[in-house]
Amino acid sequence: MATIELRNVRKRFGAHDVIHGVDLLIRDREFLAFVGPSGSGKSTLLRMIAGLEAVSEGEVLIEGRPVQNVPPSQRGLAMVFQSYALYPHMTVAENMSFSLRLAGVPKTERDQKVRAVARVLEMEALLERKPRQLSGGQLQRVAIGRAMVRQPKAFLLDEPLSNLDAALQAQMRLELVRLHRELATTMVYVTHDQHEAMTMADRIVVLNNGRVEQMGSPLELYQRPATLFVAGFIGTPKMNFLDAEVKAATARMLTLAFAEGRGVNVPSPAGGLAAGAKITLGIRPEHVELAPEGELHGEVDVLEQLGPRSYVHARLADGTRLVAQAAGDTQLRGGESVVFRLHADAAHLFDGAGKALNP
Amino acid sequence: MVSNAGGRRRWGLTIAGWAVALAMFFPILWMFVTSFKTEITAVATPPALVFHPTLANYVAVLDRADYLAFARNSVLVSLGSTLVALLLGVPAAYSMAFFPTRRTRDLLLWMLSTRMLPAVGVLVPIYLLWRDLGLLDSVFGLIVIDSLSVLPIVVWMLFSFFREVPAVILEASRMDGARPLEELIHVLLPLSGPGIASTALLSIILCWNEAFWSLNLTTVKAATLTAFTASFSSPEGLFWAKLSAASTLSIAPILVFGWLSQRQMARGLSMGAVK
Repeated sequence: MATIELRNVRKRFGAHDVIHGVDLLIRDREFLAFVGPSGSGKSTLLRMIAGLEAVSEGEVLIEGRPVQNVPPSQRGLAMVFQSYALYPHMTVAENMSFSLRLAGVPKTERDQKVRAVARVLEMEALLERKPRQLSGGQLQRVAIGRAMVRQPKAFLLDEPLSNLDAALQAQMRLELVRLHRELATTMVYVTHDQHEAMTMADRIVVLNNGRVEQMGSPLELYQRPATLFVAGFIGTPKMNFLDAEVKAATARMLTLAFAEGRGVNVPSPAGGLAAGAKITLGIRPEHVELAPEGELHGEVDVLEQLGPRSYVHARLADGTRLVAQAAGDTQLRGGESVVFRLHADAAHLFDGAGKALNP
Repeated sequence: MVSNAGGRRRWGLTIAGWAVALAMFFPILWMFVTSFKTEITAVATPPALVFHPTLANYVAVLDRADYLAFARNSVLVSLGSTLVALLLGVPAAYSMAFFPTRRTRDLLLWMLSTRMLPAVGVLVPIYLLWRDLGLLDSVFGLIVIDSLSVLPIVVWMLFSFFREVPAVILEASRMDGARPLEELIHVLLPLSGPGIASTALLSIILCWNEAFWSLNLTTVKAATLTAFTASFSSPEGLFWAKLSAASTLSIAPILVFGWLSQRQMARGLSMGAVK
């Protein structure tokens, strides 16, 4: 149970910076996710909290105390690695009790704690096995169990589910959320999968090129992305982006023209925009619908039928790709002409630098 | 067709392998056989293939020198040097394998390069140092120089074995609260056990066979079996049979040792290749 704070943390590898000054307060008992594409610095940031990577500049504080000079072994944090990193020469029970053994906990107490955790994770039958005799999902459980046994100040999880198959991932996601609730411990979770972050985290930090793009609750990021990057990264299928030019502007309304010719009226952002400004309009697939009349015309590329709903992947006249959500029983063939109507109220506007223009 | 070609290839390799092994083993076999000849049959031309075996050479050799004293020194020196080399080499290889710097490669190459200098090039300074430190003709002095000369090879081997251990497992142990020494003892050493064993075996063999320092830095007290063997060689090439008997006695222990540990050696040396 602990707060973790980063103050202007930087990481330099040789001449180039991979983390450019991150400020962040991870609250006690929070489930916080670092999400971003590979190379965004999310794992490096986690490893700096763990102490496995030195901090080039800035401060890391655990429970308010700077820990830059505290080795990982003394930080009281537990980590779950993507590759599990179990000790191959030890049994499951030995793997789990290793930290207690190092801490000088007597054997009976160690056994007791290991058994208690094994019961929670439903793996008591595995205790005497060696890691090479376990399946991926079992290895994952042992890795989590090993972290739990020592009752750490916080859990650091580095892409713990990415080596599991989809069904197991979905199951482990729920289990982790449940575990977090039961353990009531701070968890910092790194993933490249925005879906994982959205479904599990209390708060998400979106990283891009070593910078924090935005942080907030999953719904905040979904509904009010601060940048074009976040807008494109959070949500599946991805938000549609359309290049547009401001044709006319009033205090309340903007009239936009798409490259393809037609236009749309959207609420004016705070501060307004001058006619002639070039912007990007972002709109999620669920806010684009098939209609007899509408702002965008195109032809069907692929129809993706998921059962409860379908996604229409289309190509507009100028080549722009557009995805629209439609009813589950929609029937369309490739090449068919379709018309889309936009829910203009739900549109997001971004300026040339990719910053959101908020109403 | 394919399997036929593969089969022929395998046969070819088998024959080549045996041929090389026999060629390498032949001098030892010849020496072994010679040790049971009389001095006359030993130098006969053409070599006598049929002869009356005799143990006279062994009796003479053991009569003239205290074999067990030399053997004891050989054991002490080869085990002692190996222990010292491992104690120094394990931490060195650990830091080079898991915390490399820009200079690590250079450092490793430099260490290896010290093996390229002929030992005789530093004989005078070493001799004078050993004389002034009172290390001449002492087992301890020989352990010091042997462990130093085997150290580059030990560090190189350990370095490559340690590199096979995933760094993330060591990181996991750090997160579990292991300090460097605990990490080394509980995680790294057990995981690289076969590699460390074969490093130790090779080091023991190298130190056992080491002759140069043994001949130059010892006389009686600390002389090893290589010195024992050398004492039976004469510049005129007389007494072949006795020299053969002495040599056989010197190499017999390490030959048996090598034979017993060959499986372990092969496993360790190919650890990186097969995994």
